[in-house]
Amino acid sequence: MHKNLFPLSNVITKGMTVMVFFLLITSFQLDDKTKKTFKNAESNEFCFKCHGQSKYSYNNTESGHHVFKKMYSEAIVDRDLFYESNHRQFKCTDCHPEDYDTFPHPGRLRMETKYLCIDCHGGDPKYAKFNFEKIESEFQESVHSTKHSQDFTCWMCHNPHTYKISTRSQEKIKDIVAYDNAICLNCHADITKYQLLTDKVIPNIVRKHEWLPNQALHFKNVRCIECHAMVNDSILVGHNIKPKSKAVKRCVECHSTNSLLMASLYKFKVQEGRSKAGFYNGVIMNESYVIGANRNYYLGILSLLMFGFVFAGIAIHATMRIIKRKNNG
Amino acid sequence: MAEKLYLYPKWVRLWHALNAIFILLLIITGISMQFSKPEFGFIRFDIAVSIHNIAGMLLTANYLLFLTGNFFTSNGKYYKLTLKGLFQRLTKQFIYYTIGIFRHEKPPFPVTKERKFNPLQQFTYVAAMYVLVPIVFITGWALLYPEVLFTKVLGASGLKVNDFIHVIVGFFLSFFLFVHVYFCTIGATFVSNFKSMITGYHESH
Ligand code: HEM
Repeated sequence: MHKNLFPLSNVITKGMTVMVFFLLITSFQLDDKTKKTFKNAESNEFCFKCHGQSKYSYNNTESGHHVFKKMYSEAIVDRDLFYESNHRQFKCTDCHPEDYDTFPHPGRLRMETKYLCIDCHGGDPKYAKFNFEKIESEFQESVHSTKHSQDFTCWMCHNPHTYKISTRSQEKIKDIVAYDNAICLNCHADITKYQLLTDKVIPNIVRKHEWLPNQALHFKNVRCIECHAMVNDSILVGHNIKPKSKAVKRCVECHSTNSLLMASLYKFKVQEGRSKAGFYNGVIMNESYVIGANRNYYLGILSLLMFGFVFAGIAIHATMRIIKRKNNG
Repeated sequence: MAEKLYLYPKWVRLWHALNAIFILLLIITGISMQFSKPEFGFIRFDIAVSIHNIAGMLLTANYLLFLTGNFFTSNGKYYKLTLKGLFQRLTKQFIYYTIGIFRHEKPPFPVTKERKFNPLQQFTYVAAMYVLVPIVFITGWALLYPEVLFTKVLGASGLKVNDFIHVIVGFFLSFFLFVHVYFCTIGATFVSNFKSMITGYHESH
């Protein structure tokens, strides 16, 4: 009896020790991540103290009470998302005026003009590969810009506090699709956000796309912009969103060996040369399946050869039959 | 002079006619999708997809007719492969088709009430009906509902393998169809086997 129990308790103790160590290490790393890796984390904490979650508190100097208030959602910046975003190394006051350091914030700050992508990224050789100038001019031509007022800025889609580049990273294509489509749905599936820009009623996306076979599958595997944005060779992600009459509607634009997707969704991976020899479209083969676009070159040849043999066999046999019949006839 | 045997009961003829129509539709639309091109639309892609899906579903239903028929009627016995000596019988029939037939020899396995199919026929029919057709419709249904099978059961990567199988087996079935139709021209006359499939009666030499 004892002999049996002893090793069990031993295992439990060992397990507990490992677990405690694990928790210690991971909690240490979390701390490390926010405090040490990001040089501005400490000064940012001054802002995050109130803006980092859904409530904040302050001392009401008039009444002398310590009051709790709800932070309205647009003003909340999630720490975790921020420290994973592309702008994670910034100090809040790199982009916002220093005057925010007083509370209550001065009223005139409501009128603060916000930077746009091009203000920092334009003309910078470091960002030349992203071609922000082209992105800007494409955006200017898009329905988002031509149909809406100046209020439609880059921030409508790219939240500067959370935006994380996804297409160029090594993420799975499915994740890129989900991330990018969420950007569109943020307004196109949310009536209150949509109506900030227009008085129109939001079109029902599912119903509008009813003509598309396997709708759910398409939505999970391709981005909205595949059909709704113009492909541009000099930028990775097209920003010229076209009017709906110009959206791609012919299946074969994607479902063919010369698939449109190779110039859009799969472009980066194709450029990286991850395609496997023998397949027209290696990326599609590796990560997704597109009828008509996944063709194995050798398999194609092999099947043609086999068809050739079958036909030749039949033809020879048939000719022989005819000849032999005549000879006997 | 030709003696007549009733070999193809009504249900076999009905099943077979439907089966041939569905398979032909599937092959044509399947090839159209596989080789789709923007500049050359054989069958418009979305139409091809719809026809292919519907024909596939009907083929499955029709297959159940075949299975039930072969299970409950004596037609099933023609599909029982005897493994012993199979290879020799296949070779014998093969040699007949490649040599003997041109010398006007008698067929080594004449059609009787007990033996509707010669060994090669039997083998290819069993392969087509009990192996290839089920594989093709099972993988086809899996492509229709990938979220059920692949994300829940096998993990998403199974989709490609599944499709590969679907396309390759589809190809083999097209080969089968060509060879099958050609060999059906070898009968008492060029068309007598086709007539049999309409009337139900086999004409022997
Ligand atoms: C245009 C298409 C087709 C034509 C003209 C055709 C013609 C024929 C003919 C004349 C026969 C009777 C001779 C015999 O028993 O060997 C037959 C039987 C048969 N065919 Fe076809 N066929 C076609 C398509 C198919 C397809 C697509 C399949 C299967 C995938 C198939 C499977 C069979 C089977 C299993 C039999 C034997 C049926 C039985 O008696 O139990 N055929 N076919």
